[in-house]
Amino acid sequence: MRVSRSCWGQGRYMRSSPTFAIVLRQLYLIRGSFSRIFPLFCWAAVDMVLWGFLTRYLNTVASPGFNFIPALLGAVLLWDIFIRIMQGVTMAFFEDVWSRNFLNIFAAPVSVSEYVAGLVLTSIATSVIGIAVMVFIAVGLFKLSLLVYGSMIMPYLLVLFLFGISLGIFGFGLVLRLGPASEWFIWPIPALISPFVGVLYPVSTLPGWMQAVSFLLPPSYVFEGLRTVVSGGAVSGSGLLYAALLAVGYILLAYWFFVRVYKHALRTGLIARYSAESLS
Amino acid sequence: MAAMDKVLSVEGLREVYGNTVAVDGISFDVMPNEIVGLLGPNGAGKTTTINIILGVLEPTAGKVFIEGLDISKDRLEAASRTNFAAVYAPLPGNLTVYQNLRVFGMLYGVKELSKRIDELMEQFDLKAHRDKKCGALSSGEQTRVGLAKAMLNRPHLLLLDEPTASLDPSIASEIRADIREYASEGSGAVLWTSHNMHEVENTCDRVLFLSHGKILLEGDPKTLPSEYGKKDLEELFITVAREPLMLGAG
Repeated sequence: MRVSRSCWGQGRYMRSSPTFAIVLRQLYLIRGSFSRIFPLFCWAAVDMVLWGFLTRYLNTVASPGFNFIPALLGAVLLWDIFIRIMQGVTMAFFEDVWSRNFLNIFAAPVSVSEYVAGLVLTSIATSVIGIAVMVFIAVGLFKLSLLVYGSMIMPYLLVLFLFGISLGIFGFGLVLRLGPASEWFIWPIPALISPFVGVLYPVSTLPGWMQAVSFLLPPSYVFEGLRTVVSGGAVSGSGLLYAALLAVGYILLAYWFFVRVYKHALRTGLIARYSAESLS
Repeated sequence: MAAMDKVLSVEGLREVYGNTVAVDGISFDVMPNEIVGLLGPNGAGKTTTINIILGVLEPTAGKVFIEGLDISKDRLEAASRTNFAAVYAPLPGNLTVYQNLRVFGMLYGVKELSKRIDELMEQFDLKAHRDKKCGALSSGEQTRVGLAKAMLNRPHLLLLDEPTASLDPSIASEIRADIREYASEGSGAVLWTSHNMHEVENTCDRVLFLSHGKILLEGDPKTLPSEYGKKDLEELFITVAREPLMLGAG
């Protein structure tokens, strides 16, 4: 009979030192590396410029009265924030993959919750840079007024933040399970989700089965709400609350998935021999 | 319940990968101030045993206690009293020596970390490399950084998997002296794997010979060879590797 190992609940409380060690490691890496700083804002900035000019053009050819900037550029801004958050979590994990550091990390007195909290805090810290640049371009160059969204901007951001964290945790769980090469499954996840959540068009545009999927994705409620606000309608508070609860549920599900994968890695010896990708 | 005076107690440890038995029901203890050599040919189960003790591999059966703490129930507390250095677990090459020691010092919750890092930089002759990235260091220098990391939390149990494999004889001798000194002070103990039998004979108080996942022989490295009619530990090692049945395996 296999001996069970209950490493998860052992931290009766979460200590700050191991969590901040994970954050500090990432800050050390970013501080000394232009190739890590650049992607934090570069592609998001390009997105802002591209969509900024596109919305300007659409404003000149569409019927007067409708402003594409808050509807499209604002949506792209929020979507890019979601991507930044998700990739912030996975990137910090990938540093351990690339430097083959699992054995050192997991042999240390660090609980999974402390490790994951470190990755999430890292994501928040690194995302702030990208978000600041995006907001600067969208507001400064293309006159996007965040005031258009009123107080709803905070719940929108919260839902996207929570969902980004959940997908990030799921992503690095998948990479731990399938091996280093599987990181390429993670990068396209936002692109795969985007058609379903209606970043650029109402969910009602989608066929029935896609709408059913969209119902289960928290960002759908954000972008539907955003379009409602821009067109002067009233946003459904219950819809946003459902989206937030859904996002929290996905975080719990993703964390459960990661714990399962970690336990499997402990049983099979995958952590000690991670670079082998497969033990078969 | 495991005796509290043992630094490490391994009871009936077994690890099976598919149809392969990597570790086959081994039991042994490591006492305070003791340096125990875990010897055996490649694939004998040494690294698997160390990985289980480190808590990164779950045993199929058996128990590991570190100072009486069952690592399957108190992994964090047990891990905080343990540390390791292994040739196959280098520290991230994209961080400097100082950055690695700081990050791992925080992971191990080391008090007065800056002072401890300075002490270890001095002890392992790393001051000149403080701000160099670990990946840019020679293999011997990387080994010293790994040993400094292993000493960060003044572990009660130090696990060393071929710690001097990449070191020149002069540095290796200094490192062995440091580790002997560490084991003789306080209540620390060391579990050491090495293929350098001369080193084992001079450093270890006791050795365990593993073959096919089982402990085949155990004893004082200075007297064990003669007990089996061998001239030295190296000859005994070769016999264990090639003809374990002659020594009672299986």
